[in-house]
This record gives sequence, C-alpha cells and structure tokens, in this order.
Amino acid sequence: MEEIFIGDFEFLGKGIPRVDAKDKVTGQAKYAADIEIPGMLWCKILRSPLPHAKILNIDITRAKRVIGVKAIITGKDFQGFRWGWMPATRDEPPLADDKVRYYGEGVAAVAAVDEDTAEEALELIKVDYEELPGVFDPEEALKEGAPVIHEYRPNNISWEFHMDFGDVEKGFSEADLVREDRFATGRVIQGFLEPCSAIAYWEGGGVTIWAAKQSPYFLYRHIAQCFKLPLNKVRVIQPFVGGGFGGTKNDSVAGDFCVVMLSKITGRPVKFIYTMEEVMISARRRHNAIIYNKMGMKKDGTITAMQSKLIADGGAYTAIGPLTMYLTGCISTLPYKLPNFKHDAYRVFTNNPVSAAMRGHGVTHTRFAAEIQMEMMAEELGLDPIEVRLKNAIEAPHETVNKVTVLSCGLKEGLLKLKESNLWKERGKEKRKNHILIGVGVSGTAYLGGARQRGHQAAAAVLRLCEDGSIEYLTGATDAGQGSDTVLLQIIAEELGVPPEQIDIQRVDSAYTPVDPGTYGSRVTALAGEAAMKAARDLKRQLAEIAAKEWNVKPEDIVFKNGKVFVKDNEEKGLPFRKMAQIACYSGSGRVLVGRGHSEYGIEPLDFEKGIGNAGTSYSFTSQLTRVEVDAETGFVKCTDMIIAHDCGKPLNPAIVESQNQGAAVQGLGQAIYEEFKMDKGKTLNPNFADYKIPTALDVPNIGVIHILTEDPNVPYGAKEASEGAIVSSPPSVVSAIHDATGIWFKELPVTPEKIALALREKGRGS
Amino acid sequence: MEKKEISFRINGEEVVLHVSPNRTLLEMIREDLKLTGTKEGCGIGDCGACTVLLDGVPVNSCLVLAVEADKKEILTIEGLKENDKLHPVQESFIENTALQCGFCTPGMIMSSYALLKRNKAPNEEEIREAIAGNLCRCTGYVKIIEAVKRASSSIGGK
Repeated sequence: MEEIFIGDFEFLGKGIPRVDAKDKVTGQAKYAADIEIPGMLWCKILRSPLPHAKILNIDITRAKRVIGVKAIITGKDFQGFRWGWMPATRDEPPLADDKVRYYGEGVAAVAAVDEDTAEEALELIKVDYEELPGVFDPEEALKEGAPVIHEYRPNNISWEFHMDFGDVEKGFSEADLVREDRFATGRVIQGFLEPCSAIAYWEGGGVTIWAAKQSPYFLYRHIAQCFKLPLNKVRVIQPFVGGGFGGTKNDSVAGDFCVVMLSKITGRPVKFIYTMEEVMISARRRHNAIIYNKMGMKKDGTITAMQSKLIADGGAYTAIGPLTMYLTGCISTLPYKLPNFKHDAYRVFTNNPVSAAMRGHGVTHTRFAAEIQMEMMAEELGLDPIEVRLKNAIEAPHETVNKVTVLSCGLKEGLLKLKESNLWKERGKEKRKNHILIGVGVSGTAYLGGARQRGHQAAAAVLRLCEDGSIEYLTGATDAGQGSDTVLLQIIAEELGVPPEQIDIQRVDSAYTPVDPGTYGSRVTALAGEAAMKAARDLKRQLAEIAAKEWNVKPEDIVFKNGKVFVKDNEEKGLPFRKMAQIACYSGSGRVLVGRGHSEYGIEPLDFEKGIGNAGTSYSFTSQLTRVEVDAETGFVKCTDMIIAHDCGKPLNPAIVESQNQGAAVQGLGQAIYEEFKMDKGKTLNPNFADYKIPTALDVPNIGVIHILTEDPNVPYGAKEASEGAIVSSPPSVVSAIHDATGIWFKELPVTPEKIALALREKGRGS
Repeated sequence: MEKKEISFRINGEEVVLHVSPNRTLLEMIREDLKLTGTKEGCGIGDCGACTVLLDGVPVNSCLVLAVEADKKEILTIEGLKENDKLHPVQESFIENTALQCGFCTPGMIMSSYALLKRNKAPNEEEIREAIAGNLCRCTGYVKIIEAVKRASSSIGGK
C-alpha cells in the first residue's frame, strides 16, 4: 500500500483500497440504468432536426394511437418553466415550446411499455417548424444583424465579465517585449461512459427519482421548482455514478423533467436512458473559446502585464456559463506574479449545443493561452522555459491584485523537481530519430479547490453511532468516481480511531442526507471533509464526556485510537470502542448519539461582478513535463511520458490522488491532440467514440506523479485539490513539447496530425 | 417477430430462453437475465463497457445477437468469483486502485481476464492491446495496466 507521511496518522496519507472497489469489480454496484421498478414505462425523447426554428404545431394524434403508448408530452406541458444557474438567466425549457435553438433539442417525450414502442411513437409525432436563420460562430453572432437567439439578449451576449486591476497600459510600456496572439480551445465533451439516465416515480403527491448525477441536489431544486413541490416532496436518491467531470451531470437534462412529468401523468414509474449519441449531441460541453492575449515581459523574463479578451461559444442556453466566464479570469492572476491584469470575457449565444462546466472549468482556456504565450516570449528573449516560470512563480503567502490569497504554494518546488528529472536533462540531446521528431515541454499552473459558488455552499455531515460501535455516516456529497467516499471515511476513521470498514457511508438520499451542492470545483474533500471531521469530533466529544464520567477524568484527557477509548498516558484505563459505544448508547433510556458537523468556510463575500476575492478555499499548483514523438511525415503525435509535480497540500489517499492526476492528464491529452466535435451548421457530425476519439490504452504515456507536500491551514489536514490542476497543466505542456519537437507553435486546440503535417510542410522541414 | 428458443450456459448455469431474433446479447443479459453488472455505454461497439466472454472470447455484447449465444458458454463479471473468492484480476484492481467510477470496470476486467487466460505473462504492449477496446475516462489507464501486470504475477505468470 502506498504511503506518504503527512503527519502522525493511522489512516490518512495511506493509499487504502477504495471502499466501493469490491462492489465495482464484481458488478454489484448499481447505476441508474440498472434500476427497475415493476410497472415501469420507458421514456424516449423526440429531438429537433433543425438548429433554429419556430415550432408552429405538434401533432401527436397518430403517435397516441400506438398500442402500448401511455402518455405523450410536449414543451407546453411545462407551462413556461425555465431553468438555469442564476435567476436572471433562467432561459432553458425542459422541452422546447416556442422555438428550438439547437439541433437535437428535445421537443416531445413519450412514455410507453417498452423502448421499441416508445421509439415507434416518436416517428409518428409530426412537428411543423418554420426554419429560422442560424448562427454557429460566436464572432459571427456578435455582428450587427446576426440572428437573435434569445429575445432577452438582442446582441447575443449571454453573459459578460470584466476585470481590471493595476494599470495594464503602464505595464506594457514598462516591458521590453509585448506580444499579441490569438488562441483557441476546442469543442470537447466530458466523455463519461455512463449515459444520462433516471427513473422517477410519482406517488403520494411527490416524486422519488433515482438519477445519474454528480450534483443530485441541483436536480432536487429543479424538480421542486418545475413541479411546484415543497422540497420534502422531492426525494432524489443517488445510485453509483459512472463518471461526471462537470457540466451535464451537475445539471438536469430534458429526460429528468420528462420522466417526472410522465410519471405524474401515468401514475407509473418512468425511466429514460440516453443513447451515447443523444449524450454527445445534446449534453453540456466545454465552451470552445477564442482568446486574444497580450502580454508584456522584461528582458529578464519578468511579466509586467497581461490583457485577455475571451469570446466563448455559449451555445443555445446559459446554464452555468456565467460562472465559466468568472473562472476564465478570476485566477488568471495565478500562478505567476502579475501586477497588472485586464480581462474581458464574452459568452455568446449560438445555435450550437449548450456549453457549460467541465473539469478545469474556465481556467483551462486562459491558462493555455497565457502559458503558451509566456513561453513564446521566453523563446524570443532567449530564456529557458523552466527558468522563466521560476522567475515569475509566486510564493506563499501571496495575495494577487484581485485579492486571491494563497497560503501554500508548491509551484517552485515542483518546477525544480522537474528540472532535475532525467526527462528534462535529456531534453534536446536527441532531437530526431529518422522521421521522428522528439520534444519535451513544460507547464506550470494553478487551480482552486473547495469552490465557493454563488448561492448556497452547504456541506454537512451526520454520524449516528450504533450500539455495536459501527457508525452510519450521512453526507450530501457525491462520489462520481473520484474516490471521495473513501477519503471521507478515512477522515472519520482517523478522528474516531476505528477502521474505515466500521463506518458505512450512505449515498445521497435527499430524504435523509444533508443538502450539498455535490461534486464540482474540487470541493468535496475540502468542504465535506471539513464537515466529516467536525461531525466526528462532535461525536467524540459526546463519547468523551461519558467516558470521563466513568473514569473520573476530564473529557479532554480521553483518547480515541486503535479501536480503543482510553485515558491519555494510561492505555490500561480504557475500553474497546465497541464497548464504549454500548455503554454510551445504554447510558440513558433510548439515548441517541449523533455527531453533527458542517463546513464553516465561504461566508465572506465574493465579488462575482468584479472578480475580487477567493473562489476557493485553497489553491493547488501543478507543473508538468511531457515528452512527445512527432512523425514528421504524417504529423502523428505519440505521447510517451509525462511527469506531474502536483501540490495538493497533503494527499490523504496518495493512490487516489495519483489516479486522479493520471486520469485528468490523459483527458487533457485528449483535448490537446485528439478530441474535437466536427460541426456542420449546428449539427454534430461525430457524435460517437469512433469518430470523436478519446485516448485509449494504446495512446497513453507513462505518467509519473510527484507529490509536492505543502502546509495549508485553510483545509482539513492540509488537503487541497487533485486533478483539475492536471487537466489545466496537460494541454500547454503537450503543446510546448510539440513545439520543442517541431519548432512550431500551435495556438489552436486540438493540435491534430493534419495541422502538424501542413505546418511542417509550410516550414519546409517535413521529410 | 417470432421468438426463438435458445439454450446456453451463463456463469456455469444452464439456461433456456425465448428471445427475439433482433435482441442483442447485451439486452438479453441485462434485461432478461437481470445481470446488470455488464454495462451499456455506447451500444455500438465503441467503448467496450459491455464486454463479456462468449466461448472464452471477449466480445462487445451490444454487437452480438442473443441467438448467436445458442449452445454456447457465456461468462459475465458476475461469474468470475469462485465461491466467495474474487478472481486475482478483481483482487488486483482493488489493491491497485485501478478503477474510479467503475462503469468501465466490468468490461475492463473481462478483457483482462481473457488476456490472462490465453497469455499468463503478457508484456505491457500486450496488455495495452488487450484493453484497447475498453475505454476508461477516469484513470488514464496507468493503474489498470499495472493491475493486470500484478495479476499476472499473482497467477504465476512471472
């Protein structure tokens, strides 16, 4: 078992096996699609074949006559309900009612006795559309006279966000070199393997819904609002989740609203499972963005100012887009010293599928641009890529111009470790093997952990002690695969001195678990972890009071360790935890021992309008080396090695932290060189994993992870975030490596073989 | 459509079933036999989440018709355990943290199991090749490859 010493702990810092592993390797873990209820109907959704059109009429009469069809609904059945992340931008209907705004948007839904019957009925629904001119490029959509997608935004600007700190003009005038470049990030998707799915059952004037969500409490609120139900009539139960990575599974999808409505109408349970094609044409994607970046640098590499203008393709609805815009700017002031910074972000409506959050949310766009531009300038000034980063890297404690406060930072240490690695030392020794060009690239980045979102930021824990010493743990946090259930149990086990197996974590059931916004922004270990720690301490305090009375000592002298409860410095005077639990539970008639805790972080105001303040409780720092081999004839890139030096503070479970970094780096590799939706007037041409290529086992490099340990007082046991850092650090590091191999800077993602081969040919270096 | 009677062994048990000629092996396993350990990711043979063994050969069960299983032997993730003992590949996935969300895991394990059945001591390239049809979006594959290597050692491969 992998161990890293992070303090005098029994369970923390140890790579103990995941608590869900056995259920997952035996096939026993139940996901939403695995759940069946007797009498269940199947829901299928009719989707728009046009990207922008008025709905004139929907005729369901023929479809209704199909034997086995139990109900059909259209957008009008939702009576104008709109949902969205902020009250001011709630613009998305469960099913389109007035017009469709993207290809594949839902317009009607059927509930039938089986899938085949539901599909047959879809074919008989007749929708009359009046096609409207569409717009598919955000810069086109900004032009005067462009088709308007939402009347409430006549200029198509879905959201804008501006930051202005210091004096960028003064900064540029102090620079020896100023560069302006245009960068672009790709049209990519999370790529989880479990399609969206839910099953809903309306009974007793309320609804129970089992749904594949990484943020089940978002759905909880959406359903309450849509169906005008009090929250205690909405019960969301969380099965295992087959990956999330932000966006789609944070949010609700058309199918969720439809199964609830169809169950309400039919009185029967209704289930939907999207096909992967439906996921890939209609689910939330990462925004693709154009970044105009301007940077000033002195001869010694010191950055004097940066100005960014970002234009993001928002697609047809707003969703969580305002937060994306905020995140593209608010931590651009990390991880390098930046005295002058100006940022203008525009999220633009188009008739493309909806853009939203994805792992590395927002930051990945602007950091990619800034990293590459910084290195381009270093090259012009004859500076080493690692040295220029070390020159500018911040050190803790640090406060940025927009008042982001960093209390721990392992960036310099990480960069120095990379500099000492063989991969870096070998860089440039062998630049070419026949037609293979070899390159090693670097990046240095930051990401936030413990995201603070507008609105609520709840994270709480309840621990109920059973009389045999076993413990039931209720949390609203969701493990979408990242391993948080295991880490949360390690925390409670550590506090109570009992093995993690003695604690049972209950998956989210909104009838019992405390409300929690779920998995995003690397918040679970930081915030739910703090809640778990406090709940365990609360339970411990109650037990210690009972024990102290028994042994006639002070409660603070009671120790919980190795499955025992004993008096400090006198292990003889003690009892097994199990026995202590029994005494405590029987010490009053029907005494209930419940530990409660909640995260107290995130109360201070955050200026969402100006980009001032901390969007997270802590910041991780990731530096990365990547080695590539580029085929000079075909442009094909083989990524052979990566080393990730990651400062997550203290890895509470080093194996899980490593796995998170490796997975994120590979997802980042996909974005850097493989993945991209091909679009034709709003239609996705490659909505499957054969044509939208995510990395396979044959594509991935060897990936070493170096844990950089730092001390951060703001997070439980010093644990910061893992993995969002590595998806931000991966693309610039890969592009830096491709530049080292080919001598060419690529500014648009993904860097496909076609782009490389053409650029090499142009440069006259192709063989 | 007229249903056809087929008989097969699945996870060691004899089964006789009437299935539609257009039913896929995956649908039969998940919906008729209620063995939901086998997952449906893409349903069109791109992701490998539905991998099962048909007469010992790993197949995407979404691309195989149920009738093709007639007189054959099917092994799914539920059949790997012997009595209460996990197979070494399963043990190795647990020990090496070779999974995250777990959705690809049953298919990934079936492909790995099939590899070790035909080659007790595969090298890294052979492991990568064997699981190349099983997509995993969470782990980056590194720990999966390691887990298969270690499972190979524990069954006496090397």
